[in-house]
Amino acid sequence: MKEFKQPPTHMNAVPQRAAEITAERNMEKTKAMEEKDRKANGARQEEQYSLNDDRRVKVLSPGALVAKRFFRNRLAVTGLAVLIFMFVFSFLGGLVSPYGEKQIFYRTDVTNKEYASVVTNDEYRYASNDPVFSGVALAQSGLAISQDKDAYEYGGVSFQITQEGKELYSVWANGGVVGLVYKDIVNASSDTINENDFDFLYGALKAYAGEEKNFTWQDRSFTVNQDGDVLENGEEVAYISRFIVRSVYEDVVITKQWKTELEEALNDGKTVFEMTDENGDVYEYKISYDAYRKSYSVKQGKDTTVIDTFSSPTAEHWFGTDGYGMDMLTRLMYGGRVSLIIGFIVVFIESFIGVIFGGISGYFGGWVDNLIMRIVDIFYCIPSTPLLIILGAMMDAYNVDPKIRMLYLMLILGFLGWPGIARLVRGQILSLREQEFMTATEATGIRVSRRIFRHLIPNVIPQLIVAMTMGLGSTIILEATLSFLGLGVRFPFASWGNIINAVNDTHVLTSYLFVWIPAGVLLLLTVLAFNIVGDGLRDAFDPKMKR
Amino acid sequence: MGKYILKRLLISVVILFFVAFIIYALMRCLPTSYIESVARQRSMTPGSKSYEEWMAQLAAQYNMDKSIIPGFFGWLGTFLRGNFGDSWKWTVPVIEKFNDVIWISFIMGAISFFFELIIAIPLGIVAATHQNTNLDYAISVVALAGISFPTFFFASLMKLVFSVKLGWFDLFGLVGRNYNQLDATGKVLDMANHLVMPIVTLVVISFGSLMRYTRTNMLEVLSADYIRTARAKGLSEKKVIYHHAFRNTLIPIVTIVGGSLPGLFSGALITETLFGISGIGYVSYQSMIGGDIPFSMFYMVFLAVLTLLGNLIADILYAVVDPRVRIA
Repeated sequence: MKEFKQPPTHMNAVPQRAAEITAERNMEKTKAMEEKDRKANGARQEEQYSLNDDRRVKVLSPGALVAKRFFRNRLAVTGLAVLIFMFVFSFLGGLVSPYGEKQIFYRTDVTNKEYASVVTNDEYRYASNDPVFSGVALAQSGLAISQDKDAYEYGGVSFQITQEGKELYSVWANGGVVGLVYKDIVNASSDTINENDFDFLYGALKAYAGEEKNFTWQDRSFTVNQDGDVLENGEEVAYISRFIVRSVYEDVVITKQWKTELEEALNDGKTVFEMTDENGDVYEYKISYDAYRKSYSVKQGKDTTVIDTFSSPTAEHWFGTDGYGMDMLTRLMYGGRVSLIIGFIVVFIESFIGVIFGGISGYFGGWVDNLIMRIVDIFYCIPSTPLLIILGAMMDAYNVDPKIRMLYLMLILGFLGWPGIARLVRGQILSLREQEFMTATEATGIRVSRRIFRHLIPNVIPQLIVAMTMGLGSTIILEATLSFLGLGVRFPFASWGNIINAVNDTHVLTSYLFVWIPAGVLLLLTVLAFNIVGDGLRDAFDPKMKR
Repeated sequence: MGKYILKRLLISVVILFFVAFIIYALMRCLPTSYIESVARQRSMTPGSKSYEEWMAQLAAQYNMDKSIIPGFFGWLGTFLRGNFGDSWKWTVPVIEKFNDVIWISFIMGAISFFFELIIAIPLGIVAATHQNTNLDYAISVVALAGISFPTFFFASLMKLVFSVKLGWFDLFGLVGRNYNQLDATGKVLDMANHLVMPIVTLVVISFGSLMRYTRTNMLEVLSADYIRTARAKGLSEKKVIYHHAFRNTLIPIVTIVGGSLPGLFSGALITETLFGISGIGYVSYQSMIGGDIPFSMFYMVFLAVLTLLGNLIADILYAVVDPRVRIA
């Protein structure tokens, strides 16, 4: 044998020129041989290594050749990168994310609750100390006051009216005080006081209106200051105010302090004031005036905890939260996991069944082939989307647990998808079984199952891988479509399809883009990447293909 | 040829029989029991029969009182005699409802198929003649993106851009609010306006596969010896591609186009549902989730027939168009 020299530097400089040897493919073999010859002629002067020396000839396995062709395809590599990103995003993302798949977030929201209504007392009130001053006699006193009379007569009794202060009148009859006509209202803030007691009322109002700031009631002495506070030994026991405040809720006690704040706010014309209650919680109150009812209504802004739905992207929730108050990004991660896992399992199931049936059908031919192909035809004919919808509705009716439902979904999709793979495998095997190596396996007496699954099927692997990659894309779309229709993966589990399901609500479609756009983009990118990679693999496997 | 068609037809009938049986068995397993709810409803009305009696009567009426196999033959008998039953959900005869809704689906399908053809075939040829250029990559990526787009996502995007942001089209429905006030031309235009988005959706998601098919076949043809011969004898590139190559590329394309013609009647379930157009897809979806056995059965068998018909047409066309193909 003639010896040829090949300096290693030259070798490294032009690696593409290296001979490519493949063991199985004739085409590859002849191509490699041509390469080798060309190489040999080009390198005639280098006589360092022998022709079949490994150092001289760079030997690539068929797999490495495919990989080389694949990686030369920039589009396919981009697709692969996208897929790797999706896998990292879905499978590692869930671990890295600080939130759980089903963790619900809450936010505090200010809800304005009707708290109290306030009316300024503009009408005279009456208090009676004697049965004489009642009924019409009482009403007559109001009339007399409005007419600026200081005496009137009713039912044979004559009444005298004395003005005790601003809008405070006492009514006298038979030489004693029988009633009181007033506008300021006395409210007790201590249990020891009965604000409806006439003597107390009279004393307090008189003290509030007049010069005298002190009065006694039941041997207790009280002082009334300018703010209308009634003090006993410096402690407030009651207060006097023109406002009538009614709380909306039975259990809410309106404190004097609150009333004071309210009065201040009303007098200053403010519409908002803040108050700290006895528990130290700060509430905001909004005052609005209802001109028709001539009353103020006070609304309490209360912090209530609500589920944090559809909140816009923030530092804590990069993609916001969804309609269940769950972190969108985390849902997307888990959703991707579900979509990818379902895709892989379904494709695995359909390939498994498809390879077995396709292999048997292609190898045996005859009536076996005929039978299996007719079964394949039947499966092809069953309209799969309607069937899946019906099965989904069926699972709905049975209230199947979402987890088990996912399992059923995979089994059904896998079972419906196998005929395609079976046809592909059968077609390949029909041509392969006529080749010499099959005659050789027959001659050496290898048993049939081994002939099919060890010698025929491996030759179908390239086409199978391409079909599986493409199948992954379409399975993911199918799953997403079913989940979108609410018939596939169900809440609480996330899937890209059921995340986009929120878009059925027109409000979400228009206002909460962050809820459905990311899931759609991820879905699109993943399926696109599977298709591009599948395409790239097909080109890489095809020996005729040169880029 | 006649013998071949006859054989194929006979096989189709056998396949159809089994498909129908599988579908019937599945529908019978549906527990959504429309019958039960109807019976319950009717037994509520004053002076009515009891729930059990209604149940028995309805079940007998719908052939549900027999077990699956006799039930199937009973159903098949009436089906073959052209009696497709009454829809439970729509409360009219199945065939009437079907006739109501099929045409809008067919119009939608036909228009989008037409656009699909005039977009996909030229693009496929351009991609093939510019193989491995940036143009080819761009077209291929667009086609793949079309294939990869989930229908519902694309439809939602369309709605967002064209109905919500631009306000060009309505979000849902086949007719506008003031449809009844319009004259005949206005009515047609109104419908056309509402069909734009569904048709664009259908075209975008389906043109990719036909484009890729065209490209693959064109590439195959372009590498054939007779193309080399045509070039060798000095024909212009235009003549080589459009006269010699394109005609041969048309063979598989005509086959696949012919084969997909029956599919125009199958309706677009997702698109129709999303755009609220009551074509056959939408109506059948409503029937299926509502447990309307007669209608769903009819629709699924109809789809199976369409599939078989499509395959048959494709196979026959293949032999008719290409004289080199001999049928055994």
